[in-house]
Amino acid sequence: MNFSIPVLTLIMLMPVIGAAVILLTPRERTDIIKTIAAGSFLTSLLLSFFVFVGYDRTVSGFQFTEQTSWIQELGIGYHVAVDGFSAPMLLLTAIVAFCAVLVSWKQDDRPREFFSFLLMLVAGVFGAFMSLDIFLFLIFYELVLFPVYVLIAGWGSKNREYAAMKLTIYLFVGSLVAIIGLLVVYFQAGATFDFVKLQQGVLALSPERFEQIKPWFIAVFIGFGVLASIWPLHNWSPDGYAAAPTAVSMLHGGVLKATGAYAALRFGVQLMPEAAQYYLPVIVFLCLANVIYAGLIAFRQTDLKYIIGFSSVAHLGLVLLGITSLNELGLNGAGLELFAGGVMTGLMFALVGMIYERAHLRDIEELNGMFRIMPLAAVGFVIGSLAAMGMPGLPGFPAEVMIFMGLWRAAETPSLIFAGQLNWWFSWIAIAGVLTVVITAAWTLRVAYKVYFSEPKNLELQKLPGLDALEKFSIVFMCGVLILVGVMPNTVMQVIQVGVQTILASLTRASG
Amino acid sequence: MAYSVFDPSHFLAIAPEIGLTLWALVILAVDMFSARRIPRRTLGILAAAGMAGVLVLSLLIAAPPATVAPQIGGDARSVLGGMIRHDLFAFVFRVIFIVAGILTCLVSIDFRPARAGGEYYALLILATMSMGLMAASNDLIMLYLATEASSFALYLLAGFIRDTPRSAEAGIKYFVFGAVTSTIMLYGLALIFGLSGGQTHYGAVAQALAGADTRMLAVLAVLLIIAGFAFKTSAVPFHFWTPDVYEGAPTPFVGFLSTASKAAGFAILMRFLLYVFEPPFSQASVVWVQLMQPLAILTMFLGNLLAITQSNIKRMLAYSSIAQAGYMLIGVTAFGFAYSRQSSEAAADAVAAVIFYAATYMLTNVAAFAVVSIVSQRVGSEEISAFNGLGRRAPYTALGMTAAMLSLLGAPPLVGFLGKLFLFRAAISDDLVFLVAIGVINVLISVFYYLGIVRAMYVERSANDAQPMIVPAATGWVVLVSSAAILFITVASTQFWSVALDAARALLN
Repeated sequence: MNFSIPVLTLIMLMPVIGAAVILLTPRERTDIIKTIAAGSFLTSLLLSFFVFVGYDRTVSGFQFTEQTSWIQELGIGYHVAVDGFSAPMLLLTAIVAFCAVLVSWKQDDRPREFFSFLLMLVAGVFGAFMSLDIFLFLIFYELVLFPVYVLIAGWGSKNREYAAMKLTIYLFVGSLVAIIGLLVVYFQAGATFDFVKLQQGVLALSPERFEQIKPWFIAVFIGFGVLASIWPLHNWSPDGYAAAPTAVSMLHGGVLKATGAYAALRFGVQLMPEAAQYYLPVIVFLCLANVIYAGLIAFRQTDLKYIIGFSSVAHLGLVLLGITSLNELGLNGAGLELFAGGVMTGLMFALVGMIYERAHLRDIEELNGMFRIMPLAAVGFVIGSLAAMGMPGLPGFPAEVMIFMGLWRAAETPSLIFAGQLNWWFSWIAIAGVLTVVITAAWTLRVAYKVYFSEPKNLELQKLPGLDALEKFSIVFMCGVLILVGVMPNTVMQVIQVGVQTILASLTRASG
Repeated sequence: MAYSVFDPSHFLAIAPEIGLTLWALVILAVDMFSARRIPRRTLGILAAAGMAGVLVLSLLIAAPPATVAPQIGGDARSVLGGMIRHDLFAFVFRVIFIVAGILTCLVSIDFRPARAGGEYYALLILATMSMGLMAASNDLIMLYLATEASSFALYLLAGFIRDTPRSAEAGIKYFVFGAVTSTIMLYGLALIFGLSGGQTHYGAVAQALAGADTRMLAVLAVLLIIAGFAFKTSAVPFHFWTPDVYEGAPTPFVGFLSTASKAAGFAILMRFLLYVFEPPFSQASVVWVQLMQPLAILTMFLGNLLAITQSNIKRMLAYSSIAQAGYMLIGVTAFGFAYSRQSSEAAADAVAAVIFYAATYMLTNVAAFAVVSIVSQRVGSEEISAFNGLGRRAPYTALGMTAAMLSLLGAPPLVGFLGKLFLFRAAISDDLVFLVAIGVINVLISVFYYLGIVRAMYVERSANDAQPMIVPAATGWVVLVSSAAILFITVASTQFWSVALDAARALLN
């Protein structure tokens, strides 16, 4: 399908235009500023819904392509397109971003700056998901880091500057490591940053030349993995989320981390499939540690934001586990988990933000009986937790089933790193990974009981105002998306499957 | 006859230098005759405006033609008795010097301790002028005279803060080191003069030496001359003066010294070595081609490792500038190897990479020193801790400094990344994989100290956090314009690269 309108560029540009208009709006007109922010995200949301629906599922590969040359000497160009994997990611970004503005409606501390930075952040995320030029991707990546830093350091809560700097340094250094790995590929395989051409260049390499770039897969995967909070490099994430304002936690936990997993998949696995088959069966242990370790820590925490922060680390661990399985089931599961988990994390952070904004408390020991003042939030939390622990009827269930089935199947593939063996440990990883369901159930039940359904001890809390219409709308909206995808996973799966097919094709080509 | 017959139009080749010299005299005259009626800042603005005028005029009338009709028996671009080569290579470097000069004049206006008067700006203009001659020189005598002329102006400027001993020490130290290395270089030039039977024009020297430069004396001459160039570019092992001089000299001037003077060093280095010891025809060329790689490696490591340990911002940036020279030496190494295997395309690529890097490094580093100049005056300290809390006290200036640091580091999408990519690509195409690996390791080392500044600005707190820091207009504009230029070059890098490539081709034929 060829569209004469550059839809993808428009999706990315809407927030940029919004930010520019906001900067021209008088400082006092806060309602207009917020309306512009919500309006530009709504436009992006509609456009990305259009892309999601308009993506031709019968033809695989990249669609909605826009391509112009830029710095030809270095093989850099403006090349954006979506495939089945990235189209749902654009939709996810738009959903979470739209809701993030709605729940930040009471943000009256320098709203002009706050919303323009927020818009720039989301423009960067959109750009990262759609760019097929690695240099362009890196530009968007750095474009995201900067507003995140400013938003956390400028509008965050306690310890905000420390957390913002820690987050920025982790992600920046991670991106440098990934860049070095990618530069090796760049120099060995055709001196182009264009993903499609580079992929062909890697395929055309002689086995000896490929051996030289193979170890650099680790740099790319782990480097981008830092953004997906891969264990033991996840430390920035809970600190960062605890300090960040609600909208940033939602976007970072729900969407930005997905960018890391997406980049590790696209520029790591899809670019160097043979290397992925070689190293991922070892890297899988890190991802397992994500799931178990972060889940257990989430259970031990009492600060609500830390709990959700660690749970998002665990949830990205599931995604990475799905990727390491390198088969259809696992990758499909990873894609669905990215989408569902993104909405779920966004929802959870929004709910925590609603409590914190009113009570200025985040410790679950001090909060109680919140069900009475915000019943809808309690319902939202229960739906979110059920999705997190993988209850049938919510998208977490099909996603987790596919991931664990994928891991189980991966045990039958021959190991490349230990010749003559099978990757037998994958079945044990699947078994250990299933523990996450129990761990998630444990912490979500604990939080749900203590915060929402316990006897109201602190009567001050009962005098707090309830939810307003916008907050209610955003909870209903995100829960609606979760239930819709949970009941009819095919709405999203159909598209993700098409994307996974392309990745699988490159994998079989590599092993065949 | 290896050069063009004299023609009055040849004076166009040195038109920028003529204009600059005249303007330096005008500044001196205005300062002298107007007694105290003209404030110092007006002089600075006048100097900058004059240089800008010269720049515009030279771009309009004195830019060398892209193609020159071949002349039988000679090099049509070699003019004025063979002293000067009127080519795009020299012209591009001139533009770099003059832009650096303009920005430095503007930053100097706000630098109180130097009490910069007419003589300060006149010296700055004369230094710029002689650097232009360095880049264009095509003759041993011209090379030495131009280098000395620029050095003398720089010695005086380094010691310009008259009432602090540290600045005087910087001036003296720079002078002593400079005089010694210049003597060493002169000795090398004299050897070549003798070996070639009394020739001074590059082309004539090369012809006279052809085939006969295997003697130890020729090798010695190459080594001695490289010592002189290493001093100018502050490459190891002639870097010792750099931190001390940078620490003591007036800060805005250090921005000039660390960029324009270094670029001039690279210009003469590449032209001299190529024209006089042309690989692979000259036997002695093996020496310099092989020597550049270890020089690059040592320079990068020394600069980056020592920069980490510094607590004074100017010393840190001094070691950073040594490291940056090391990155540019990667390009020179690639150039030597490419030319040795007679691939003029790859050689042009390498030279263009050095030019591109030198130009962008100039903009970045001048901006960085502009910020240092203002912060050290306001806080009264040149320690890195003076930057504590700058993110809150002067958000836009801190943003400019962050961009400069990240670009020096080479983080995408800033122009430093593209510059390093061009250099690394040139080296890779000559199979210098080891050298590039060393370069990448050095980039990783440099993360520590470049991000250290960013951390100080945004994370550390100072006692005066709540009090905004007022940035004077001229310096603010310099930071803004150079940051904007850095962004613009990133976006329009194709255009800038093609100019650099044309300049490189002009050097090669």
